[in-house]
Amino acid sequence: MSGFIEQERYTCAIGALQTVVAIPRAVPILHSGPGCGTMIGGFFERSTGYAGGNTMPCTNFGEKDVVFGGINKLKNIVENTYKVLDTDLQVILSGCTAGITGDDIGSIAEEFKSQGKPIVYLDTPGFKMNNYRSHSEVVNAIIDQYVSDFEDANPPRSRKNLVNVFASIPFQDIFWKENLKEYKRLLEGIGLEVNILFGPFSGGVREWQTIPAANFNILVSPWYGQPIVEHLESLYGQPFYKFGYVPIGGNETTRFLEGVIEFAKENGADIDENKAEAFYRREELAFYEEIDNLTTFITEFRYGLPGYVHVIGDAGYVVGLSKFLLTETGIIPKEQFIVDNTPKKYQKEIESELAGISAKRDIPAVFDPDAGKAQKTILSLDHSKRGLIIGSGWDRELAKKTNNDFVAAFAPVQYRLTLSTNWAGYTGGLHVIEDIYNTVLSSYE
Amino acid sequence: MSKTNVNLDIETVQVREQRLGAITTWHGESAAELVEKSACGSLKDRERSFSQCLGCSTTHGACQTIMIQDSVLISHGPVGCSSCFHDFAFSYRVSGANRGLTDLKERHVYSTNLEEKETIYGGLQKLRDTIRAAYEREHPNAIFIVTTCAAGIIGDDVESVTNEMEKEIGIPVCAVYCEGFRSRVWTTGFDAAYHAIARKLVKPPKQKRKMINVINFWGYDLFNEWFKPLGYEANYIAPYATVESLGIASEAAATMQVCPTLGTYLAHVLEEEYGVPEIKEAPPYGIPQTDAWFRNLGEVLGISDEIEKLIKQKKEEYLPKIQALREKLRGKKVYVAAGASYGHNLLAIARELGMEAIGAGIFHHEPGFDNGSERTDVLRKVVTNYGDVPNFNVCNKQEFELVNRLHALKPDLLLARHGGMSRWGAKLGIPSLLIGDEHFGMGYEGLVKYGERILETIENDEFVKNLEKHAFVPYTKWWLEQPVDTFMK
Repeated sequence: MSGFIEQERYTCAIGALQTVVAIPRAVPILHSGPGCGTMIGGFFERSTGYAGGNTMPCTNFGEKDVVFGGINKLKNIVENTYKVLDTDLQVILSGCTAGITGDDIGSIAEEFKSQGKPIVYLDTPGFKMNNYRSHSEVVNAIIDQYVSDFEDANPPRSRKNLVNVFASIPFQDIFWKENLKEYKRLLEGIGLEVNILFGPFSGGVREWQTIPAANFNILVSPWYGQPIVEHLESLYGQPFYKFGYVPIGGNETTRFLEGVIEFAKENGADIDENKAEAFYRREELAFYEEIDNLTTFITEFRYGLPGYVHVIGDAGYVVGLSKFLLTETGIIPKEQFIVDNTPKKYQKEIESELAGISAKRDIPAVFDPDAGKAQKTILSLDHSKRGLIIGSGWDRELAKKTNNDFVAAFAPVQYRLTLSTNWAGYTGGLHVIEDIYNTVLSSYE
Repeated sequence: MSKTNVNLDIETVQVREQRLGAITTWHGESAAELVEKSACGSLKDRERSFSQCLGCSTTHGACQTIMIQDSVLISHGPVGCSSCFHDFAFSYRVSGANRGLTDLKERHVYSTNLEEKETIYGGLQKLRDTIRAAYEREHPNAIFIVTTCAAGIIGDDVESVTNEMEKEIGIPVCAVYCEGFRSRVWTTGFDAAYHAIARKLVKPPKQKRKMINVINFWGYDLFNEWFKPLGYEANYIAPYATVESLGIASEAAATMQVCPTLGTYLAHVLEEEYGVPEIKEAPPYGIPQTDAWFRNLGEVLGISDEIEKLIKQKKEEYLPKIQALREKLRGKKVYVAAGASYGHNLLAIARELGMEAIGAGIFHHEPGFDNGSERTDVLRKVVTNYGDVPNFNVCNKQEFELVNRLHALKPDLLLARHGGMSRWGAKLGIPSLLIGDEHFGMGYEGLVKYGERILETIENDEFVKNLEKHAFVPYTKWWLEQPVDTFMK
C-alpha cells in the first residue's frame, strides 16, 4: 500500500512481460488495453527482444470487451499466434481491464495446454502489484505450469553441482544481461553448473526444464525474487543461499563466492576447494591490481573528485554500491533512497546491512517509491562540496541543480546504453569506477 | 462530410469512431478506392483475429499536455499507465534547443498509483492528495490529469475533484479523458487533450493579434522563419506553450495544423467558438499542396499578393534543386508505414521526388475531419495530385502485416514516421528512414532536405545489407507467404 509517486522508477504488474521477453524465444501474449505493451516497452530501453514490443500479440481491449468480456478474442489471438510467430513458450498476461471485468484467462491457457502447447498464464492487472513483485509471480507461474511437466526427466535435486540463479530482474536492472553472464562465469569458475535462465547466455526453455534437478538455488537480492526460491524450496526441497545485495568489487564478490562454496559443500556438491579458491583469488588479484594503479589518481588528482554519493535506486544496489564505494573508492555514502517499494518485513535487514558497513558512520536510508520526494530531500541538503548522484534518467537535472556528478544506472534511463556492462562481480566494480570517473573527467574541458 | 458540433460545456469529446467515422482496418485495391469509399460514406471497420500491441489514448493525451512549460501532469491510474512518459521529458529537453528555448524547467510527472483497494473504494482521495502535492512541490500554473482504463472502469468522478481542487488551489485543474479502451484510434487522446485546453485554458478574445496558432509537436521553429517576414508570429500549441500563450489562442489571426489528424478538433473549436479562421488546406507537403496551402494562408490573412511573390521566389530557389534530386531518385520503389495523415504526406514527398510508391500501411483512416471540408483531406489530395497508390492498407500499426508487406513487395526504401516500424525495413535489408521532426519535409525547401536524406539512406545500405544476414525474425515462413488480410474478419 503506497501513495502517489512522482518520477516513477518501476512499472506495474504487467511489467512482468519483460521477464518473459528475457527468456530466449518466449512470447508474452497480452489480454489488456491497447497501450499496456507500449507503456512497458517504453519504460525500458531496447526491450523488444525476440518477440516483445510491437511484436507482442495483444487483444487491445475495447469498450465492447469491457462490457461483454474479451475471452473469445483472446482465444482467437492465441490460436493465431501459433500460426504467425515461431516461439518456444507462450505466457498470457492480463491487464487492468481484464482484471476488473473478470475474464478467465486460465481457461484459455488450459485449453491450449491440453493440446500440448507450452503455454502459461498469470493475472497481472497493473493495480495489483509492481513489477518487482510480479517478476517472481511470473517465474513461479512458469515453474508451476510448464517446468513441472519435465520433473520426470529432471528429478528434484538430482544434479549435485547444478544451481538455479535468481538475481537481476531483466530490464528493471539495466545491467541484467551482463550481470547474469558474470554470475554464471564466476559460479562456473568455482566448479558449479549454472541455470542462469534469462538472456543470451541461458539455454532457453530447455534450461528452464532442468530447474527441478538443481541441488540448490542462489538468490542475489534483498527481497525481490525471494518468493521464487521459497516456492522452489517447498516444491522440490531445494534450499537457497541468499546474498542480500549486489556484490560489487573485490571484497564483496569474494564474500559472495566464499558463501556459495560453503553452502554448496554443506549441500553435498562436488567442489574442489583449492581450485575454486585459486580461481577467485586470481580474479580478486586482477581487481586489486587495477585499484592499486588507480590509487595515484584517487589521491593525487587535484582538480576535484566527488567525495560523497547519494544513490536513488533499488535496495540491492543501494547496499551494494554503499559498501563498494566506501571501501574500494573512498566515496562516502550519504543519504540513500530506496525506491523499489521494499515490503516492510525486509526493511530491517537492509537497514542493518547498511549500519554494518562501517563502525564510523551511519548511512541513513529512506524507503519510499515517491522519488520526487527523494529529489526534494536531496535539494534541501548542503552541496558546497562535490558529490555524486547515481540515479535514473529523471535525476539528471537534479544533479545539475546541486552541482553533483551524475551517473545514470537505473530505469528509466535514456542517457546511456548498456550492452556489455555489468556492475556485479569483480569486473562490475571496475565498470562502476569507469562509469563514475569517466563522467567526472569528461566534466573537465 | 458534416461539421462536428462543438460543446465545451460537456466533459468529454466524442471518440473518433463516432465523431469522424474513423476506422483502423481496411484492405482494398488502392488509395483511390479508399478515397472514393470515404466520400460515399460506405466505410466499415473490420476486426482482426490476430493483433499486436498498439498505443493508447492516454499516452497521446499526455503527449500534448506534458510539454506545456508551466504545467504539471498527473496520471490517474496504476503506476504502469505513465511508464513511458519519461520519454516526453527527454524530448522536451532535447528539442527545446530547436526552438531556441534554453532555460526549460524539467518535467514533473505524477502517478496516483492506483492499487487494488482503490479499484473497490475509488481513487479520488489519492487524486486529491496528488493534486495538492503537485501544487505544493512545483507551484505550476495549471495541472493536467490524464485518465486511464482502471480509473474509467471503476467510475471515478474525476470532474468533481478537478472542480473542487480548482477552488482550493486557485489554478486550472484540467482533466483529459483518455481511457485507453474507449477508442481504437489512439489519436483520440489528442482530441481529449485539446478539449481540456479549450475548456479550461483558452480565454475569450479581447483583441486581435498578428499571430498564427500552429498545432504541432516539437518540430524546429520553421513557422517563425515563414511568418515573421509576413509580419506574423507563430503561437505553438501545445508543446512549449504556456498557460498564458494558450489563453490567447482565441486572439490569433488564423490556426494551422501540421497534420489534420493531430489538430483537426482544436482548429475547428477555435474557429467555431472564437472565430479564429482555420487554414483548411492540407499541410504543405509536395509542390502542388505547398502552393495551395500558402495561397489559403494568403486568403485568410488578406495578403494574397505577398504570398504569390513568396511562392515565386521560393520556387526559383528550390525547383532546380528538386529537379536534380528527381533525376537521382526516379523510379526507386518506396513503401510507407506511418500514421494518418503523416503517411499520406510521405507519399506526396516520395512521388514529388520522382519515386514510385508501391504501397502503404497507414495506421488508421478518417473519411473526413471536424471542419467538414474536403480541402483538408490529405489522401484525396495525394491521389489527385500524383495518381493512385496500389497496395494501400489501413493497418492499425500491426507489425506482422508490415513485415508481410515488406517481404512481398521488396521496396528500395521504407519511409516511416512512428516508432517500432523502421527496424523491420532494416532487418529485411531495406534502407529505412524515419525523420522525427514533423516540420522537416514541409514546403519547397522540405522536399530538398528530405530528398537529400533519402538519397543518403539509399546509398548507404551496407549496414542493412549486413543486418539482413543476421537479423532475428520471429515470424513463420507460412505467415510471410499469406495474403495480408488473412486475419481481417
